Amino acid sequence: MQERFMGDPSSCELKGCWAKEGEAAGRPVGPDPLDPTDLNGAHFDPEVYLDKLRRECPLAQLMDSETDMVRQIRALDSDMQTLVYENYNKFISATDTIRKMKNDFRKMEDEMDRLATNMAVITDFSARISATLQDRHERITKLAGVHALLRKLQFLFELPSRLTKCVELGAYGQAVRYQGRARAVLQQYQHLPSFRAIQDDCQVITARLAQQLRQRFREGGSGAPEQAECVELLLALGEPAEELCEEFLAHARGRLEEELSALEAELGPSPPAPDVLEFTDRGGSGFVGGLCQVAAAYQELFAAQGPAGAEKLAAFARELGSRYFALVERRLAQEQGGSDNSLLVRALDRFHRRLRAPGALLAAAGLAEAATEIVERVARERLGHHLQSLQAAFLGCLTDVRQALAAPRIAGKEGPGLAELLANVATSILSHIKASLASVHLFTAKEVSFSNKPYFRGEFCSQGVREGLIVGFIRSMCQTAQSFCDSPGEKGGATPPALLLLLSRLCLDYETATISYILTLTDEQFLVQDQSPVTPVSTLCAEARETARRLLTHYVKVQGLVISQMLRKSVETRDWLSSLEPRNVRAVMKRVVEDTTAIDVQVGLLYEEGVRKAQSSDSSKRTFSVYSSSRQQGRYAPSYTPSAPMDTNLLSNIQKLFSERIDVFSPVEFNKVSVLTGIIKISLKTLLECVRLRTFGRFGLQQVQVDCHFLQLYLWRFVADEELVHLLLDEVVASAALRCPDPVPMEPSVVEVICERG
Amino acid sequence: MEDDAPVIYGLEFQARALTPQTAETDAIRFLVGTQSLKYDNQIHIIDFDDENNIINKNVLLHRAGEIWHISASPADKGVLATCYNKTADSKVLTCAAVWRMPAELEPGGHESPEDAASPAHALELLCHLDHPARGSTACVAWEPAGDGKRVISLADNHLLLWDLQESSSQALLASSASLEGKGQLKFTTGRWSPHHSCTQVATANDTAVRGWDTRTMSQIYCIENAHGQLVRDLDFNPNKQYCLASCGDDCRVKFWDTRKVTEPVRTLEEHSHWVWNVRYNHSHDQLVLTASSDSRVILSNMASISSEPFGHLVDDDDLSDQEERRPEEKSQEPPQDSVIATYEEHEDSVYAVEWAAADPWLFASLSYDGRLVVNRVPRALKYRILL
Repeated sequence: MQERFMGDPSSCELKGCWAKEGEAAGRPVGPDPLDPTDLNGAHFDPEVYLDKLRRECPLAQLMDSETDMVRQIRALDSDMQTLVYENYNKFISATDTIRKMKNDFRKMEDEMDRLATNMAVITDFSARISATLQDRHERITKLAGVHALLRKLQFLFELPSRLTKCVELGAYGQAVRYQGRARAVLQQYQHLPSFRAIQDDCQVITARLAQQLRQRFREGGSGAPEQAECVELLLALGEPAEELCEEFLAHARGRLEEELSALEAELGPSPPAPDVLEFTDRGGSGFVGGLCQVAAAYQELFAAQGPAGAEKLAAFARELGSRYFALVERRLAQEQGGSDNSLLVRALDRFHRRLRAPGALLAAAGLAEAATEIVERVARERLGHHLQSLQAAFLGCLTDVRQALAAPRIAGKEGPGLAELLANVATSILSHIKASLASVHLFTAKEVSFSNKPYFRGEFCSQGVREGLIVGFIRSMCQTAQSFCDSPGEKGGATPPALLLLLSRLCLDYETATISYILTLTDEQFLVQDQSPVTPVSTLCAEARETARRLLTHYVKVQGLVISQMLRKSVETRDWLSSLEPRNVRAVMKRVVEDTTAIDVQVGLLYEEGVRKAQSSDSSKRTFSVYSSSRQQGRYAPSYTPSAPMDTNLLSNIQKLFSERIDVFSPVEFNKVSVLTGIIKISLKTLLECVRLRTFGRFGLQQVQVDCHFLQLYLWRFVADEELVHLLLDEVVASAALRCPDPVPMEPSVVEVICERG
Repeated sequence: MEDDAPVIYGLEFQARALTPQTAETDAIRFLVGTQSLKYDNQIHIIDFDDENNIINKNVLLHRAGEIWHISASPADKGVLATCYNKTADSKVLTCAAVWRMPAELEPGGHESPEDAASPAHALELLCHLDHPARGSTACVAWEPAGDGKRVISLADNHLLLWDLQESSSQALLASSASLEGKGQLKFTTGRWSPHHSCTQVATANDTAVRGWDTRTMSQIYCIENAHGQLVRDLDFNPNKQYCLASCGDDCRVKFWDTRKVTEPVRTLEEHSHWVWNVRYNHSHDQLVLTASSDSRVILSNMASISSEPFGHLVDDDDLSDQEERRPEEKSQEPPQDSVIATYEEHEDSVYAVEWAAADPWLFASLSYDGRLVVNRVPRALKYRILL
């Protein structure tokens, strides 16, 4: 009823009406089930509803809702009536049906009664039949029992002879089976004399049998399976298992030890004849195969022994296994020096593969783990070996370069250029690295049995190959290169400057491209899955860059020193007080310019030009202008006038205020101009300091003037900022003027003429 | 006292020679010798007034020639020795002489600087330190802690030991040693060790450093190739035996143990040009000053090789006003060698730097353009060392 009422369209209407009222009252749409004013809600309270209506609605709406409500109530009433009628009809038809059912049941009851009487009769008959057959059945059962017993007795009586026969024929298995069957019975009836006799006979025969079996077992020539059979029979005869398994293992040991000593003989003191692959093969089939058989037979035979037996076997396997491993390691150690990785990897693969079978059988002995460990160790050692050979290759390259640099140049024929040498070194190292990677990669090949071990998947790739081999090599390369910077022979003789330059370029190339290339190559070949931290490319690059910078700085120092020494000697050894009026530029200055040009060419082979400060279009004129009269006046003319000695300092100080401080041995950048600037700075600063330590005569000063002008003419083109050369040379001349009791500078035009004459 | 700013004093002439007045223990006083070829050279006596941060100067004339090296007697405030250039007949000779300052100047600067300039007093010559062979004298060193009677001078390849007699008015050549070898060997500098009752002297020639025993005048050790290039200066650690510092044209400062001369104990490479001067602080020998022609003076803390054990106070009678602060903050981390400060007040090459004799926290540096800068050890460091 309720459901129908709810589903009634009129109720829907009522609901809709109420909803509208709700909206009109500003209430949220969507009925609240607990709302007492919800007409269709379970908690509808008419009083509250009415109250609400009365309070909230105006009269007209109240009237409307009243008529509406009346109409709806009427409709509901008529609906209810229809429903009552329909239900009444259904009730009447149900009453009819029940009446009919009552009749049918009465009929069924009669038939059931009849069935019960029939069943009783059948039971009666059946009981009578079984009573008649009972007697005969019992007799048959007894006869059958007697028959069986007789057969057993017959077997027992015949047992001794049968056993003898079996033993004679060698059918030990049969004999043991017979004995096993009879033993319990004989045991039970041994108080009867006849059975006792049989039992005694049997025991004698059995003893003989056991003895024979043992004999056969001890002879032991017939191999593991037959031995195993013997042991099985002996066990069945009730021999003590403990003793048997000891004996079994002792036998097995004898055989396996033979294998081991055969292997050891192969190892020998002399260089091994068979290669490592053959060796591991032989070891695998001989020793490991034997061990497998023994283990399998043992586990089958002595399974009943429980954990103690298993432990005994494990200890046995462990002991022999460790001796085998020692042999294998000795053999592998002989391989370490070799260069052929593929053979070694194949041998290791065989070795590892063979040991998986006993490993599975004898998990407790830890053979597989030990084997994996050996393989890992060998792999590590190989990595170390490769690193060493890479380092050796690098050093070899360097020696080659040294030789090429030191080789006397045949006149007219240039030796290999620096760029060519650099390319040679780079390609040779790269090919060495690639070869090493390729041969190490064999360890992780899919078909190799140990490649899926966690070590080879993770640590070997990341820590071993990437970090240990590649990163280690790059680091050691940088170190080797850096060691040239602080070699004890600081006088610069030890390392040819060209080598420094070449190494610096090499390191720079590594920084820009090669390192990331090599590491990408490595990461691709060895899909590094390990999460352990690895050295990022940027760190390595920074190291390489630092190395390159140090090498280049050292190069600058060495070359600067060479030129400085020349200048210093020339200043220190000359008697400046009594020198003659300058006619020429001194030879040493020409030499300086020549050497600088040579260095410029050398650096130019490997390094780019670099940027200079923008030059005025008219450089040569500007260089001259430094010595033009106006500048000269301002610069050191006042120092001749005795009235104002302070002015010199003041002027030079003021001038210095406006020029930047010159860092003489400052780090250089990777370009030719910067390198040359560094060298020239060092040289000119040396010249300055040397000049300050001497005293000059008038012509000495003029000679310095000429020399400086000459340097000015030729050096500006090498440096980044020609102002620097001006400043330093200015200072040299100014210092020389200060160190001269009689400073009369040469006419600039004369200076120029002398310099142009060369 | 509140201000750590450097005090700068300008000389009219170029100058290379600087020494503290070693015998003076109350006033902070430096002597500077000038280099001028055209005018009379001067010795400036620079008094630094620590309270007021003021410099007082007195000028003495040194008419003999331009001064290349100067050293003050450790016993007599008024006595000093100079090496000077004498130009005669287009020849330059470097001589050495012992001088006495005029008596009225000794107590130090009552006169105002303006007055001092006009009636300059001259030095009184006591004696010449000249060798018959007439080599150029590079350096004169007084016996430290002595009575001011013994002096060594280095002339070309000769090491000469003088006895000054009759209040220094006469110099007697006590003994000498010569450096023999191929080529023109020339001593560049020398230093008298304050240890072993002042029987050891170290000298430098070219790249080698040699030690001499003054009793026998024989060589006791030799550091061949101490530096890659010329050795410019030496100094002994005043508080720790066998410790020697050297510097040179390879821009490095090296610290040696003279018992094991194959390897330097430490090497500093902070300067970017030749290092001309290296000086240990007299009281706190972890403080090392270096001067270089890159126009910088660098103060380094070489705590790891100093005589001062970490956390222990060596010099406590110097600054008693800090006494009450000492118990706190003893637990510092072990000392690290480091550069404490780089002083960039100079515009030209700095050829000399010296600690004041009277105040262990004060030093002066002199650059070629005649600029003298008086600086102090940073206060934070001073307290860290003291407390």
